[in-house]
Amino acid sequence: MSADTSTTAAAAATAGRLDRASARRILLHDHRIRLIELLPWVIALGVFFLFPGYRLLATQILIMILFALSLDLIVGYAGIVSLGHAAFFGTGSYVAALLVSSYGVPEPVTGVVAAVIVSAALGFVTGWILLRTHGLTLLMLTMAFAIMLHELANEFAELTGGFDGINFAPGPILGIFDFDPLWYSSNYFYALVFLFLGFLFVRAIIYSPFGRALVGIRENTRRMHAVGSPVLWRMVTAYTISAGLAGLAGAIYVQVQGNVTLGVLSFELSGEILVMLILGGTGRLYGAFIGAAVYKLLESFTEQILGTDQPYWMLVIGVVLIVTVLFTRNGFIGMYDDAIAWIRRRRRS
Amino acid sequence: MDAFVNALTTILVFGLAYAMLLFIISVGLSITMGLMGFVNLAHGSFAMVGGYVTVTTAGDWGVPFIPSLLIAFVVVGLLSVLFERLLYARLYKAPELDQVLMTIGLVFVSIAAVTFVWGADPLNIQIPDFLRGNVDLGFKLIPTYRAFMIVIGALIAILLFYGLERTRVGAQVRAAVDNRRMAESMGINTGRLFTLVFALGSGMAAIGGGLGIQILGGVKPTFAFEYLVVFLIVVAVGGLGNIRGTFFAALILGVLDFAGKYLLPEGGAFFIYAVTLIVLLWRPQGLFGKA
Repeated sequence: MSADTSTTAAAAATAGRLDRASARRILLHDHRIRLIELLPWVIALGVFFLFPGYRLLATQILIMILFALSLDLIVGYAGIVSLGHAAFFGTGSYVAALLVSSYGVPEPVTGVVAAVIVSAALGFVTGWILLRTHGLTLLMLTMAFAIMLHELANEFAELTGGFDGINFAPGPILGIFDFDPLWYSSNYFYALVFLFLGFLFVRAIIYSPFGRALVGIRENTRRMHAVGSPVLWRMVTAYTISAGLAGLAGAIYVQVQGNVTLGVLSFELSGEILVMLILGGTGRLYGAFIGAAVYKLLESFTEQILGTDQPYWMLVIGVVLIVTVLFTRNGFIGMYDDAIAWIRRRRRS
Repeated sequence: MDAFVNALTTILVFGLAYAMLLFIISVGLSITMGLMGFVNLAHGSFAMVGGYVTVTTAGDWGVPFIPSLLIAFVVVGLLSVLFERLLYARLYKAPELDQVLMTIGLVFVSIAAVTFVWGADPLNIQIPDFLRGNVDLGFKLIPTYRAFMIVIGALIAILLFYGLERTRVGAQVRAAVDNRRMAESMGINTGRLFTLVFALGSGMAAIGGGLGIQILGGVKPTFAFEYLVVFLIVVAVGGLGNIRGTFFAALILGVLDFAGKYLLPEGGAFFIYAVTLIVLLWRPQGLFGKA
């Protein structure tokens, strides 16, 4: 919630709607961590101990949150819409998997570092080229790039395992903690720790002057050009960071399961992650948390209730998505804000 | 030399047949995106539903193949008007992201719906006798169905060019694509025009979906996502709202795609995406779009 008050405050301040004192108060204090921000982490710990049977699902949710968070940095803050973010998730996945299977480096954290470096480098290069375009062209370019990678991975089947993918066995984390394929205990904490670090990183970025500049670019690119902000450079930086984080999520995703398939590069995944983010709410930090969790839970429970692996969950998600786009302002977080505002208005009158 | 001519003919015939399929399906999407600036990711779903309707009418009810395609055209066209009025119309002025998401939602719903009705496995139809076998070109036999596809595609293209260049509605569509506000102030009801064009485009996609069953190896629920990408890049490369552009983009990408897969069976599917990246970076408005 804090993210939005500050971004709207910043926008309002520039529009001259906010007096200096309150703008100053918001800008100086808003980045402080509030008590309620502990809630997701408490829930995460609670789930681990209370629902040991759901740790696999919960681990996937943690990773999707991280992935959605990386996308939020460019979609929600910088206003760059991408239909091909799986390109970086998948790159990270394959780097982490190939390090173990082809290069004999089984230590997972090393794999994660390599995955982040490679996917960030890829993000830098593609961002530098693609971000010169806008709107629909950019949408098509990000999509075409991701699918090209998917086809390339399919082509080099002797390296990537093609359609069947690769099974691999990562070694103990930092040489100490073994992965636990049965109970997912170390796997869960492995994902949780990286999500926490990734979250702190993104949170620091969005409250930094750099983060403010990104919001400025989203709100009014021309004005940012006019005040002398290096717009392309800032967008490329954000894109690079986002790509690195997506690669991080991809690496963890394949490490905890011990296999990788072409699905990590698919267009469907690029679409799904965008859907998760939008369902939760963009540009709000916690939208990624809510969206990824709701999406994955809906998917998994619809399958359980109907007792089939047919894609009927898509009906539920699809309807929720259409309704969300048509009737709410900004995903579930937007609904929550509207509800709060409505209650406040009722109280006042 | 013979082998070369042989390979070249194969690539041209199969590539052109695929290209015509791409054109028939993509042209509606191109007009939708050009006329209203609406990013319609559910276009592949309309084609898919067209394929399934054809399977039911031609396969289960024994309706002849060509009338089945016309039934698919009408059914999907009407269905699309319903969606256009109920859902699309609310988002004409919304940001691209909202349009992308609403239509992704539609794709999800359509995948679940067709899986429920027709199942998850690919479905095929028996094509009629006159489309089976081969046509003798003198130096080479080519499959009749591919030849039929090329002829149908060419006919539809000519019909569309004629309709767009020579009829009143065509002139209105061109005017609205060029400058919508100006067209409106000249008294053109662009809203109604759009509904009409949207229905036509979706209906054509349905015909394409039916025609494509044979070429693409059956129709299945994943069609909606799998081929959507190809339709989108055809439209983007051709230039939005540009029928001639869509036609040439479909030809180039269709033939290239088949050539890539034929000459490099290992992969070569990535080839058209590389071409798309280069074209869009060089001309963001598409090969034939106006700057």
